[in-house]
Amino acid sequence: MELSQLTIAEARRALDSKEYSALELTDAYLEAIARKDAELHAYLEVWAESARAEARSADERIAAGSAQTLTGIPLAIKDNMLIEGRIASAASKMLEHYSASYDASVVRTLKDHGVVFLGRTNMDEFALGSSTENSAFGPTKNPHDASRIPGGTSGGSTAAVAAGLALGALGSDTGGSIRQPAAFCGVVGLKPTYGAVSRYGLIAAASSLDQIGTIGKNVDDAALLFGAISGHDTKDGTSLREKGSGRMMKKKLGVPRAFLGAGMGIESDMKAQFDETLTRLKGDGYTLVDVDLPSLAYALAAYYIINPAEVSTNLARFDGIRYGHSVQAETIHEVYTHSRAAFGPEVQRRILVGTFVLSSGYADAYYRKARAVRDLIRADLSKVLEEVDAIALPTSPVAPWKFGEKADPTAMYAADIFTVPVNLAGTPAISVPSGSVVRDGVQLPVGFQLIAGHGCEETLFSIGKDVEKGNSQ
Amino acid sequence: MISKEDIQGLAKLARLELSDADLPTLGGEIGHILAFVEVIQKAEVPAKTSAPLHRNVMREDGTPHEGNLHTETLLSAAPAREGNRIMVKQVISRTQKR
Repeated sequence: MELSQLTIAEARRALDSKEYSALELTDAYLEAIARKDAELHAYLEVWAESARAEARSADERIAAGSAQTLTGIPLAIKDNMLIEGRIASAASKMLEHYSASYDASVVRTLKDHGVVFLGRTNMDEFALGSSTENSAFGPTKNPHDASRIPGGTSGGSTAAVAAGLALGALGSDTGGSIRQPAAFCGVVGLKPTYGAVSRYGLIAAASSLDQIGTIGKNVDDAALLFGAISGHDTKDGTSLREKGSGRMMKKKLGVPRAFLGAGMGIESDMKAQFDETLTRLKGDGYTLVDVDLPSLAYALAAYYIINPAEVSTNLARFDGIRYGHSVQAETIHEVYTHSRAAFGPEVQRRILVGTFVLSSGYADAYYRKARAVRDLIRADLSKVLEEVDAIALPTSPVAPWKFGEKADPTAMYAADIFTVPVNLAGTPAISVPSGSVVRDGVQLPVGFQLIAGHGCEETLFSIGKDVEKGNSQ
Repeated sequence: MISKEDIQGLAKLARLELSDADLPTLGGEIGHILAFVEVIQKAEVPAKTSAPLHRNVMREDGTPHEGNLHTETLLSAAPAREGNRIMVKQVISRTQKR
């Protein structure tokens, strides 16, 4: 089996027709990880022994004829989803030794399917960042160029899938954390509709923006994983009751030309690559219409107010009392402050900014204003999505940068311009590889992003496959 | 835009401990971030915001599961315990705060 080309669908066929066993497949992945991951650092921990045991039980199920879609499929899980008895650290010193007390709902579902859990993947600490450089345990490298970032925050998951160190992976997307690293690593990343996949057991960053999603080598794999993990969950208060239905395709794409042209810091060859994909889709029978989304000009500002506000609230639970890193001290106040010294610099910055925008006297001007802008963005997107099947945008305005290149936090924030509106609106979006750009003589993948209306994941898969078709031509 | 004292004040509210050495860098960064989001003030929004999209979810009154099912698992994660209780430093003190 050739891991660099293998898809979930193909592995399913081969496993069911006994061309190889789940154990052989798992061993191939464990061997690839052992060979490549010391350099790449996609994984924070690899569970070789339990993975083999899971593969053996998968083989029994396959032999008994009771295999499901994902039985025996080796997957990687981002380090912010709980697997009972396993460390779930969110790449933070705060949870370095925290062993999960229960299974996340998505993990429960995958266990029922009989998947093989290869290990937990690297990420930016508490899912805050865009490069995995904020991991407390060192960054992951881009499989296409080891001197460059893989994107973030789900950079470990996307690098693992791109490098053939996992057949598929789960990530979480708060402001682009699946789509941007998927684009940078050359794989497909899906951010589902808010509420389509249960967040129960996902370590919260910004609860109203967080969404678990899927990463695969192609659209079909990302869709297959989504089909398995989506659905209503009573344990998540924001879980949607009904699955999305998609809708009739008009083969019509909206392109916010004015927004793209308004000095969004897009690199010229990234823009050219985006236009090339659009031209190709036009040739395939798609109608392109210019759409006006004036509120997107405020998306970054709204996002970088709401995100820290929710982060500062969510991370207040880490106080050294119930679980996680704890430093014993004379007074309870010192227990809090000494324990919370385990947070890395970006986490501290978000907590401080969040505390500021929520503080009395500033909450109206910042937090409440941002909430109102968020409503506006949501309304603007919904209106446009009544007229078109999907909105097309680049996933990232820039190609993957070199480690340390964006040391100023706001320089990194600015690179999230095309992904954050989606989380503010709660709509689904997908990043599909389309073309490449060259930096320092190295070809780097480019992601093409599609945004659809709430519950319209199927529309994204359908158009995404048309984007993909062009790649093999 | 944001002073050293302001940062210290925020840190105190957030139960973070910042060293004097961190303050200038952090102050600069927080200032930059607040300047970065300042553009939000220019946005024109309707005076009244729409109704919230998500509603609280209720479950039936009753016991979701038998007692003590998760007690040991959850307590075992705590850094300090005494029997079936998590142990913490004294929270309320009789003496005046120094």
